[in-house]
Amino acid sequence: MDINLTLIAQSIVFLVFILFTAKFVWPPLMKAVSDRQNRIADGLAAAEKGSKSLADASAKSEETLRAARAQAQDILAGANKQATQLVDQAKVQAKTEGDRIVAAAHDEVKREVARAREDLRKQVGELAVLGAAKILKREVNAQAHADVLADLAARV
Amino acid sequence: MAAEEHVQHAAEHAEHAEQAMTPASYIGHHLTFWQHPVKPDGGFWTLNVDTLVTSTLLGVLVFGFMAWVARGATSGVPGRRQAFIEMCIEFVNDQVRGIFNKSFEFVAPLALTVFMWVLFMNAMDFLPIDVVAGAMHALGAPAFRPVPTSDVNATFALALSVWFLMIGFAIKAKGLGGFIHELYAAPFGAPKLTMNPLSWIGAPLLALANFLFQMIEYISKPLSHSLRLFGNMYAGEIIFLLLWLWAATGLMGTIFGAILGVGWAIFHILIVALQAFIFMMLTIVYISMAHEHH
Repeated sequence: MDINLTLIAQSIVFLVFILFTAKFVWPPLMKAVSDRQNRIADGLAAAEKGSKSLADASAKSEETLRAARAQAQDILAGANKQATQLVDQAKVQAKTEGDRIVAAAHDEVKREVARAREDLRKQVGELAVLGAAKILKREVNAQAHADVLADLAARV
Repeated sequence: MAAEEHVQHAAEHAEHAEQAMTPASYIGHHLTFWQHPVKPDGGFWTLNVDTLVTSTLLGVLVFGFMAWVARGATSGVPGRRQAFIEMCIEFVNDQVRGIFNKSFEFVAPLALTVFMWVLFMNAMDFLPIDVVAGAMHALGAPAFRPVPTSDVNATFALALSVWFLMIGFAIKAKGLGGFIHELYAAPFGAPKLTMNPLSWIGAPLLALANFLFQMIEYISKPLSHSLRLFGNMYAGEIIFLLLWLWAATGLMGTIFGAILGVGWAIFHILIVALQAFIFMMLTIVYISMAHEHH
């Protein structure tokens, strides 16, 4: 167990190995390890981001769906309203038309009655003249007595 | 199994050289380094060839393999090799991060180097020593010890390198002035000279006490750092040698030696990994302490 030159030689060998390790072994391996760590971290971050954007997208689609549903509801309600409006309008129109038709018919009837009355009056007047002529047994000058006849006809 | 092979070999070994081999010579033989004197008179100027060759070879294999994996490293899905190396790196990195809250650009690779290298040097203890030593002997080596960390030179080399790095980091973190200030101002607080004549005696005494404590700390750190590893590995090796020695005494010895050898080898896996871990943790702790301001 004596100390000799081996000590110094061994120290030199040791220093060479330290430098070798520090230069050729440690840096590339640590670089590989830290690169891999970064890649894993990036991958995890990307996955996180993906799941977040998925959640965002589903929330968005949910929102859109809700909006669409609301819109559909609105449209439906509007259509219903319009339909009832249309029906009401049609009813009103139909009623006025009916009223108008009824009024026109009434007018027609009135006119018919008036005309019939006029005809009747004329016929009564003629009958009266005819009757008078028979009574007088002579020909009445229709022209001479037209004013009398007209007066008679107006009184019937 | 390696251990059984080992026992067989030890037994053969003993049979062949029953006359020449005594227990002391067997153990002594396996505790002799392959030494090569750089200067003719030897002494300090001697190299333990086995320690240097084994540790360098292991380092080249381990760090070469890691660098090869690192070259082809992908940030995508890692292969099995890369996953294994990354596991080691992440393990060391976690330890460094847990202790060291500053930038650890240099400390983490240092810790990785220490851990992997010490782990593999310790693991040489699992090789059957008689096979390794016998093979090396056949190749012409006068002696061979395959476990570099049971050579105190190797552990001191590691601990002293860490120690110098620690001092270097301390000076870098606090400046030379701050480092010297800490030598006499911690752990008991900075001595203050006032108009009170008592402080003229008290202040130098306080500075001296601080300095002594700092010296104890600076000396004990590399000593405990290196001797803990050395002691564990040396003891492990001795226990293996004693078991193989028992295995050479006869059939019963061989059977029980083999059983206990397997048991000790399994337990030794824990020691090998634990000592490598402790050595790495102490390295990180010492260098992290060097960055602390008092």
